[in-house]
Formats: sequence, C-alpha cells, structure tokens
Amino acid sequence: MEAFLHQVLSGLATGGIYASLALALVMIYQSTNHINFAQGEMAMFSTYLAWDMINHGMPYWGAFVCTVAISFVAGIIIERLIIRPVENAPVLSVVVVFIALLVIFNSVAGWIYTYTIKTFPSPFPQQPLFGNRFISSHELGAIGVTLAVLVLLYVFFRFTTLGLAMRAAAQNQVSSRLVGIRVGWMLALGWGLAASVGAIAGMLVAPIIYLEPNMMSGVLLYAFAAALVGGIDNPFGAVLGGFAVGVLENLVGAYVIGTELKLTVALVLIIGVLLVKPTGLFGKVFVTRV
Amino acid sequence: MAALLEVKKLSAGYGSSLVLHGVALEVAERGITTVLGANGAGKTTLLRALCGMIRSSGEVRLRGELISGRATEDIVRKGVAHVPDGRGTFLDLTTEENLRLGAYTRKDKQKVSEDFDRVFGYFPRLRERRHQQAGTLSGGEQQMLALARALMLRPGLLLLDEPSFGLAPLVVQGIFQIMRRINQEEGVSMLLVEQNATLALELADHVYLLETGKVVVSGPSSVIRNDEAVRRSYLGY
Repeated sequence: MEAFLHQVLSGLATGGIYASLALALVMIYQSTNHINFAQGEMAMFSTYLAWDMINHGMPYWGAFVCTVAISFVAGIIIERLIIRPVENAPVLSVVVVFIALLVIFNSVAGWIYTYTIKTFPSPFPQQPLFGNRFISSHELGAIGVTLAVLVLLYVFFRFTTLGLAMRAAAQNQVSSRLVGIRVGWMLALGWGLAASVGAIAGMLVAPIIYLEPNMMSGVLLYAFAAALVGGIDNPFGAVLGGFAVGVLENLVGAYVIGTELKLTVALVLIIGVLLVKPTGLFGKVFVTRV
Repeated sequence: MAALLEVKKLSAGYGSSLVLHGVALEVAERGITTVLGANGAGKTTLLRALCGMIRSSGEVRLRGELISGRATEDIVRKGVAHVPDGRGTFLDLTTEENLRLGAYTRKDKQKVSEDFDRVFGYFPRLRERRHQQAGTLSGGEQQMLALARALMLRPGLLLLDEPSFGLAPLVVQGIFQIMRRINQEEGVSMLLVEQNATLALELADHVYLLETGKVVVSGPSSVIRNDEAVRRSYLGY
C-alpha cells in the first residue's frame, strides 16, 4: 500500500510537469491549430540556460526567474521571425518548420553544452518534507510550483483584459481586429507564455530525469498524450490529462509492464484516444445556434 | 451639415477581381445613410473596404482625416465600429466578455462600467444573459449583442451590415427602433447596408443604390422613396 501511494504521488509530480507542457501545446494549438513539436526542445534549451546561470553562481530562484523571462522574450522573437512568415502556409510546411526548430535547438544545445548527462539542482531540500515517507521534497515542490503556475495562468486569462484579448484572438481573428485587438501581437504573446511555461516544466523535470539535449523527447510525448486525452483545444482537459497520464505512467510502469516500456503507455494512449474519441475527454462539443 | 464620412472613387475587391468600381458617398454628422442593393451588389465589400479589412484604392476620410489604407485596428481607434456580416460574435465567450471586448481600445475604464448599464438599458435581454456563453444566444439576441458590443466603443460612426438578416420581422422592428434611439439620443452616425429596403428607407435620411459595384441613384430618402423605378425594383409595389 505504501509503495502504491508513493507511485501515485510521484506520478502526480511528473504529471504536473506534463500538464504544464501540455498546456503550452494547447495555448499555441488554440490560436493557430498547430502542434509546436519544438516545444520540448525549447524547454530543454531554457533549462540549459538556467543550468549555466546557476553554474556561474546565480542563486537558484534568480536563475529561475531570469530563465522564465528570457524564454518569454525568445518565444516572442521566434514567433515574429520564424512562425509569422509561414502563418498562411500549408500545414505540412509549418510542421517542417517546427521539426527544423526541434533539430536546431537539439543540435545547438549539444554543440554548446555537449551530450554528456548533467545533474540539475533542485531548490528543495534533500530530506523529505514533514518527515513523510511517500514523496520527496522535489516532487512535492514540483507539484506546488505547477499548481501556482496553473492558478496564475487561470487568473490571467480569466480576469485580465489582455488575457481576454488573447482568448478572443485565438477564437476569431477577424472579429478581434474589428474591436481593435492587434492579433499578431496576441499570437506572439501566446508563444512567449508557452515558452515560459515550457521552461518551468523543463527546470522542474531536469532534477528527476537529468539534463541532456534529448531529455524532453519523452516528456513531450507524454505531454502530447495528456493534451490529446484531455482534448487538444481544452486547457482544463490538458491539465487533468497531464496529471492522469503521470499517474497512469507510474502505475503501469510499476505493476504491469516495467519501467523500460513505460513510454509505450503514451503511445498507446495517443492511438487509443485518436481511435476511440478523437476530441478527447473534454474536447469541444460545439454548442451553437444560428 | 458637415460630412463625417466622405468616400471618393473607392474601388475594392478580392484577389484580382474588383467588386466596387469607384464608389462615392457621404455620411452626415449625426445622420443615417443607407446603401441598398441586391445580393452581390457589393454592400458587404463596401463596409469591409471602409474599415480596412480588404485592400482598396480611392479616398476615405473621417472628419476630414484620410483613413483609407490604415489597419482595421487603427480605424477602430478612431471611433468606427463595424457590426459585420454574420455578426462576428465570440461564440465561446460570455455575453459580458463580448461586451468587454467592445470597449477593448478605450482608456476610460471608469466610464466603461457605466456603459454596461447604458447598453443593458437598450437591450435588457442581454443583462439576463450576461454570464451565458454567446454561442447559446438566439439569433436576435446575438444581433443585439453585436450592436451592444459596437456601442461599447462609444463610436462616432456605426457600420451596420444587414442587421435584419435571418431574423423574425418583429425582432427586426425592435432592433431598428433601438437603432433610431441610439442615433437620436447619442448622435451616433450610421452607415446601414440593407436588403430590407422598406425599413432602411424609414430609418435613413440619405440613400444610395448600389448595382454591381456602382452607385446608380442617390438622394434624400424622402425623395427616393417616391421614385417610381426604385419603388418597383426595391420595394416591390
């Protein structure tokens, strides 16, 4: 029973990380109908930046905040310079651009930082908090940070005018222009936010899976599965999907197929959802009258 | 009366095909001008060209200032609100969020909250539907919402694209009455594009007839209403 509880809790910790990355995918999907395949590699690169800053003596949380800010700006620049020119291109061209971004980030990271696996520090203490035996401090901290990020994003999109404008721009570009929203900038901001959220996911997952240029490939796959399970156009669904996938991955890995084959869980989920319920659990059921 | 909107030699279209061929028209300050025409005459294209949604050539002046060639987002900031073809409702957002977006460009946040009461005064139904997803509103309610959203800008000029489209006659009459009140009580000028010529002629003070992208007849609505040819082809009696 204790082992089971431990699996569930640490599944929630990694699940929160998948949820963040899934949310980053959904944010971009909602406004552009494209899956950013480079989201994971962007997050990995951000994590290397954080590692660099920490190695140069910066305190952890200082590096954390700087990384989030740099990622935000970098996300905006990538949208403006690379994505904007292919805005109206056919889907496959856009996919190729995303894959190019993925390969570029991966290779540049390997070139600068080498492919040697590195440890990434956790800001949370070594000993489990409150003397509990079920969950490490880092896992508990990761859940806390994830929840804080989710609440902040919710408040931003739900209650601020800018958040509302971003939602409007994602839904209906023509109408948004007619009320004066600068749609292009809203899309760029979306990229910035997604990159920031991805960076946080990267920094939280790195102490668990170690830092190396390919670290995010598995995480992105889980995040993609999470987004699909929850409904690729529904942020709440993606978050719930993330936690569900994290727990499922751990339980299936521990009790059914062993850790080596864990990643297949994600693939089975992706294919299963696409076959059975392509809109996902919370995908949009369009309620509209004419 | 000085002209609020002045259009000269306006040509516009989609891709390489032109729809409008050198249209000229005016909207008087505090006036209501209507553009009548059959399907495909270029009415919707005219409104799109005026607010920069499509490329156009020619001259569009608002209070004497050249606005043709400007981006839609900038023209909105000059106080031009467009109630588009198909109403342009944000279906997944609530009624209130739709209205908040109408006031997106305004800086006087204090007055914006007063304006919620103002537009709910015109459309009490929307107050009841305040927290409801806009996609679940009826057609008439969505048209009210589209007008209300435009009013939240506190516009100087309203561009209205067939507000009667697809609505029951009683609902249409209600909406036209409110448009008249808005014009009289707040002095908002309007450029109304319609197929329902009878109602439009009652509301407007000035009329233009558009045929295949050209203005063929224009004049005060009292005169046009009694024009034999117009009556036969547009009013059907």
